[in-house]
Amino acid sequence: MNVDWLNFTPWSSLAGGALIGLAASLFVVANGRIAGISGLIGSLLQRGSEGVSEKALFLLGLLIAPILWGLFATLPQIEFKTGWFGLIVAGVLVGIGTRYGSGCTSGHGVCGISRLSPRSMVATACFMFSGFATVFVLRHLLGGWT
Amino acid sequence: MIKLSAFIAGLLFGLGLLLAGMANPSKVLAFLDLTGAWDPSLALVMVGAIGIAIGPLTWARRQSSSLLGKPMQLPIKRELDPRLIGGSLLFGIGWGIAGICPGPAVAILLTGRWQIILFMLAMLAGMLLFTALETRRNH
Repeated sequence: MNVDWLNFTPWSSLAGGALIGLAASLFVVANGRIAGISGLIGSLLQRGSEGVSEKALFLLGLLIAPILWGLFATLPQIEFKTGWFGLIVAGVLVGIGTRYGSGCTSGHGVCGISRLSPRSMVATACFMFSGFATVFVLRHLLGGWT
Repeated sequence: MIKLSAFIAGLLFGLGLLLAGMANPSKVLAFLDLTGAWDPSLALVMVGAIGIAIGPLTWARRQSSSLLGKPMQLPIKRELDPRLIGGSLLFGIGWGIAGICPGPAVAILLTGRWQIILFMLAMLAGMLLFTALETRRNH
């Protein structure tokens, strides 16, 4: 294994993770809800969901985070590697997959594992595995991005 | 209070994603690239997040209502069904193609880059497709 030490950012990633954990903790302790982004978006897309204002306000906070960040510092680098076709395929797969799988990196990966849910541990193992496999196939077998 | 805490939680979540590097698709893909120049940073995001959240979530499992008096709504499903596994595998393929998952997609939407707008529209279409298929199934 060949670690890219030059781009390794242990402290900011650990601190950012802690902030994510704090946010998920606040949402469950204060609001009694799981901070799962795909679930929150998905339920707002369905008619007759409960707690619409809380869910929408959480997402609004998430949405304006880069604006608040931008008031005090320059935004971190955001670099895309995928062309338009890949972005469309990826978006549809992420949308449909997270809804069938009842969660994503936040709901299963952070909240689910933190509450020791076997379902979330299995889900996280599945999307990590297919994420690793997809990058391997696209980068090393097919030699480029779509 | 309920609304304020929801908003602050979302804001902190977004700032955390930005600080962690999760909002940078190229960094996410470098983490998923085990056999290339591997950037292990994002494993530490999970360590930091779970390390903080495990205590409060363990507490939450034993409560019937939140500190602000709202019902504690934790998932109750237990079975490992094909939908969970198949859906998560599909999600991982999409994640591996673009390096974007739903949280960061929202957190960088207002940067206005065409890539994230296109991804978001496709993701919403995928979610609406799920809802449509589910509605048909239940009729």
